[in-house]
Amino acid sequence: MSQRIIQVDALESEAIYIFREVVAQFEKPVLLFSGGKDSITLVRLAQKAFYPAKIPFPLMHIDTGHNFPETIEFRDRLVEELGVELIVRDVQDNIDSGRVKEETGRYASRNMLQTETLLDAIEEFGFDACIGGARRDEEKARAKERIFSVRDDFGQWDEKNQRPEVFDMLNGRIDLGQNVRVFPISNWTELDVWSYIEEEDIEIPSIYFAHKRKTFVRDGMIWSADDEVVFRDKEEEVLERMVRFRTVGDMSCTAAVLSDAVDIAKVVEEIRDSSISERGARIDDKRSEAAMEKRKQQGYF
Amino acid sequence: MKVLKIATAGSVDDGKSTLIGRILYDTKSLTDDKLEAIEEKSRQRGFDYLDFSLATDGLVAEREQGITIDVAHIYFSTPSKSFIIADTPGHIEYTRNMVTGASTAQVSIVLIDARNGVIEQTYRHFFINNLLRIKDVVIAINKMDLVDFSEEKYNIIKGEIEYLASKSEYKDQNLTFIPMSALQGDNVVHKSEKMSWYKGETLMHHLENLETDDISDISQARFPVQTVIRPKTSAYHDFRGYAGKIYGGDLAVGDEVAVLPSQTKSKIKSINFFDKEYTSAKIGSSVTITLEDNVNVSRGDMLVKVNEVPTIAKQIDATICWMDSAPLEVSQKYYIRHGVNDAQAKITRLASIIKTDFSGIEENPSELALNQIGDIQLKLSKPLLFDSYKDNKSNGSFILINPKTNNTVGVGFIK
Repeated sequence: MSQRIIQVDALESEAIYIFREVVAQFEKPVLLFSGGKDSITLVRLAQKAFYPAKIPFPLMHIDTGHNFPETIEFRDRLVEELGVELIVRDVQDNIDSGRVKEETGRYASRNMLQTETLLDAIEEFGFDACIGGARRDEEKARAKERIFSVRDDFGQWDEKNQRPEVFDMLNGRIDLGQNVRVFPISNWTELDVWSYIEEEDIEIPSIYFAHKRKTFVRDGMIWSADDEVVFRDKEEEVLERMVRFRTVGDMSCTAAVLSDAVDIAKVVEEIRDSSISERGARIDDKRSEAAMEKRKQQGYF
Repeated sequence: MKVLKIATAGSVDDGKSTLIGRILYDTKSLTDDKLEAIEEKSRQRGFDYLDFSLATDGLVAEREQGITIDVAHIYFSTPSKSFIIADTPGHIEYTRNMVTGASTAQVSIVLIDARNGVIEQTYRHFFINNLLRIKDVVIAINKMDLVDFSEEKYNIIKGEIEYLASKSEYKDQNLTFIPMSALQGDNVVHKSEKMSWYKGETLMHHLENLETDDISDISQARFPVQTVIRPKTSAYHDFRGYAGKIYGGDLAVGDEVAVLPSQTKSKIKSINFFDKEYTSAKIGSSVTITLEDNVNVSRGDMLVKVNEVPTIAKQIDATICWMDSAPLEVSQKYYIRHGVNDAQAKITRLASIIKTDFSGIEENPSELALNQIGDIQLKLSKPLLFDSYKDNKSNGSFILINPKTNNTVGVGFIK
């Protein structure tokens, strides 16, 4: 064999290390999969961490029922290729049973309702570690988050009393009833994720690329008018625009951006030159300066 | 892309947030929506300047009190490098947070207010940088605009720090002194026109041109096994891969290795990363290794080259930084986590408290309180495989965990 030397990229190596710690330290981990680019990246990293063995934990999707259809199609195909178990829990079930109340009006979103369904699922399956694709660069409350973040029975984040994480030692010791949220790509930026998707040639849902879509404009943001999910006033005019989505949250709180980026190379270029942050298109963060911190205290991802 | 991890230290009024804001602003890393949010909040609070701390103080309690409580991570990049800044609080009551932020840093920036010069806090920051053996330390002499950009003032501060450095036992540290005004942008990203007497680099120029390879710790190879990979599929029926990350040095196929603690010898058969095989792997790489012989290896064991065996012992002498509100006391028991290895540990001796202002030590104290640093001796329930911190940072450090609360209560540096 010819000389082949490997130096694994620092961020990739860190994420793989974290995945392996999760499997070694916890009994029932699960990967929270939304079908977005961050969770797709997590799946690739998990593959790399355990290859040639299969990913040793299931994927779980908390389905708001407001997902872009492209994302669901993509999810099902990926799971089949990997041969891993997929668990789906629906926010709709909690709405139907009256456990949670759906928001109404202009900015109504099911994003917050996910929390209750997530906490129920954690209890149902007894998961002790939930792996997610949150990154510290997304939002300033997330910038304070640990890699192993301990949550209590109610899923609460005790932000003022977090365990120090020194060097790369991860303390996953918990009491019964507690669980840990794990963030392997904490230190990645949006650009890091996109560059990785490009380098690794990872397939992602088509809504991330520029496409023609019926849309309307409100408060300077572009909303999908293709579906019934986003509340629209009669006078808000629908036009076909060339757009793509930069994040894939619940349809009701995710705005599109004007774009000609039809392939991954163009997306990377666009992100590099962008003057708006990724979460600038997420209305759920715009509710107040402390929106994310408050949601996290209640068990949100 | 290369990643450079930086820790900043300085007290609230030294202009740390302003410096970070200035870096983000001048490298065009602040997006329009974030900048608008800062502008609006600054206006709301009646400031006539942009309060960049609003960009990093992510918790409600921090914004209420106008202080940084917890480490924030800030990310930005230039065409050649990615940067991660751990913005750490500087007050004495946050020593543990400073140690936490600095533990993963390759570079440390210590801010000094040119008007006040070297103060008690500077000593402490300098002490922690030495304890952690951070190789590259930038002394950012800030607020030069308030001392008329005086070269004399700069030289006095430089002299005092150099005197401090001469007393330190860690001699490989590179000190870089940069006079700047973060508020006005002098020598942060752009070269100052007001300090022609300063011939050195700007801060960003210095950070961009640092060779990260030169400042990471190059030492003997340590491969602690995190988990064993056994696919048990027909294609990989007999595959037994040892998953871990290489700390220090390189490992190559054919290397004769010892499996610790059993000291069984074998040879590296293959180095795998995802679906490819390699002949060698470098420091910092998370890979999977297979061995020629069918030996017994499990989590916590370590692969090393046969002639590079670390210390194997049930007793440790260490310097510890205490991080819990309940103090450390002699004869208490804790869990010790050393790399990926766990054991029980009993404190057999608390030798001293080390004063972080270089004023000496207090011998035989009764306890070590939150944010204090001291020398201790530990007895372990099983042998650990360790190096001295000065030889290998990862294999020379550990944390202590309180078995009752499960909290991380201290970080140790092995002597």
